[in-house]
Amino acid sequence: MNETVTKTAYQAEEIRKQFPVLHQLVNGKPLVYFDNAATSQKPQRVIDALIHYYQTDNANIHRGAHALADRATADYEATRLELRKFVNAEESEEIIFTRGTTDGINLVASTYGRMAVHEGDEVIISAMEHHSNIVPWQLLCEERGAKLRVVPVTDEGELVYEEYRRLLSSKTKLVAVAHVSNALGTVNPIKQIIADAHAAGAKVLVDAAQSCSHLPVDVQDLDLDFLVSSSHKMYGPTGTGFLYGKRALLEAMPPYQGGGEMIKEVSFEKTTFNDIPYKFEAGTPNIGDVIAYRKAVEFINEIGREEIAEHEDGLLRYATEQMRHIKGVRIVGEASEKVSVLSFVIDGLHHFDIGMMLDARGIAVRTGHHCAQPLMHRLGLEGTVRASFSAYNTKSEIDAFLEGVERVSNLAR
Amino acid sequence: MNTEINQVQDQIIEEFALLAGDRESTIFYIMELGQQLAPLADEFMTDANLIKGCQSKVWLNAELEGDRIVFSADSNTDITKGLVSLLIRVLSGRKAEEILSADLYFIDRIGMGGIIGSQRSNGLTAMIKQMKLYALAYKTKLAGQA
Ligand SMILES: Cc1ncc(COP(=O)(O)O)c(C=O)c1O
Repeated sequence: MNETVTKTAYQAEEIRKQFPVLHQLVNGKPLVYFDNAATSQKPQRVIDALIHYYQTDNANIHRGAHALADRATADYEATRLELRKFVNAEESEEIIFTRGTTDGINLVASTYGRMAVHEGDEVIISAMEHHSNIVPWQLLCEERGAKLRVVPVTDEGELVYEEYRRLLSSKTKLVAVAHVSNALGTVNPIKQIIADAHAAGAKVLVDAAQSCSHLPVDVQDLDLDFLVSSSHKMYGPTGTGFLYGKRALLEAMPPYQGGGEMIKEVSFEKTTFNDIPYKFEAGTPNIGDVIAYRKAVEFINEIGREEIAEHEDGLLRYATEQMRHIKGVRIVGEASEKVSVLSFVIDGLHHFDIGMMLDARGIAVRTGHHCAQPLMHRLGLEGTVRASFSAYNTKSEIDAFLEGVERVSNLAR
Repeated sequence: MNTEINQVQDQIIEEFALLAGDRESTIFYIMELGQQLAPLADEFMTDANLIKGCQSKVWLNAELEGDRIVFSADSNTDITKGLVSLLIRVLSGRKAEEILSADLYFIDRIGMGGIIGSQRSNGLTAMIKQMKLYALAYKTKLAGQA
């Protein structure tokens, strides 16, 4: 192919400048932040937006008849519009603000789940889910007398797709699956998963906590029913996130929590509920964080998700390749499609010890079961060390990390 | 009293002084100490011997030899093993009263809290508490026999 368009080179150093937290020494060494799958750092514009809101616009939204309330409401709703574009939802009313992924999953389990799942029905999840995409479904199935079915994973960390097809039946009411595994980085074939579920008459919820900051997600192209994600994993503040749901589903669903904002009219005889999205946003929401969330989405859009994905993929490939040369290192998760996450163990060393040693060099990684105990159990591990890369990470940081891993690997017995 | 305990503590303080507060070298050293600790026999790796309050798994066993309490321990992580090996070095083979009245100043003096972080510090406190509880139990037992 003749590439005539020359792309501008990826400017990781320029991007880093936007993140004040990255410019510090930890234990005397420059911080290398590789715990992005747990939470990403925030660019200055997000921090500024939080400060600006509390300094100049703080007001309760959708009700006050004054200038501050108007500004706050407009900014709050601007984030909804931005997220609509971000996932290509048809309408902004299909975007519901939540506290994050966990909250979004619980919302769907308590509303759509209670409405659609009955005795003898089935909910399908996978063996690589985060606990927050397991427990709400367990609770629902227990309550409804339904059955939770689990798609197994291979040693490489991919879904056993034939098993998924086999599990699908007319009893399946819902399939809940991660777009990207937080423990292994596996990218699941969600388009196919959704098509097959729909063919069986089931709806699909995709847990996009680990994908939104790395990969483009288009809910219309996917024909997705529900999508959930967290702001704090996509350069935004903690405490907020969103649920996308198809309008027809959201309208049919009963409300989640009762309170202010979610009602049209209340009398002791009967309460009529507000329209979507407000039906699912009871009480005063997390206004400041939602407003700043828009700046995070803007940040991602400015660089471009394709560009971010390509940059991170380069880092992941380089790190993975180099890690294979280090004595005793075993990479956990060898799926053909992966994003951002490098999980590993070193034979003869405990992951906690490896994490401590890396921390001493200013390198932040996650160690443990990554809230995915069933997956760890399946892989015969107690936990792993997980390095996860982001838009602002660089090759020289990977080199510092590799040096640290090499050094600690010398202690392996 | 406790001169032997304090002598060992002072030795440890001197050893750690050589590391000059370098965090990485200190952790490396503690891991090496952990690797040198003799493993606990399988029969003692029981749930009853597991110390509660530690992030890692720590098994602690105590036995009476004459009027001395002998500790042995194990852990699934080398750093925790290294920490418990220091406690064993200071407290094992002592009389119950010595253990009970021991002031373990070496932990602060080698800057352990800052190095291992708050979660592991809680674990270390739990280990010490458990060792002192054993000492108290054996003291009571010995008093009953006397
Ligand atoms: C795949 C996945 N799902 C769900 C969650 C839960 O997200 P939150 O804690 O933001 O609700 C996480 C967070 O680690 C995750 O990685």
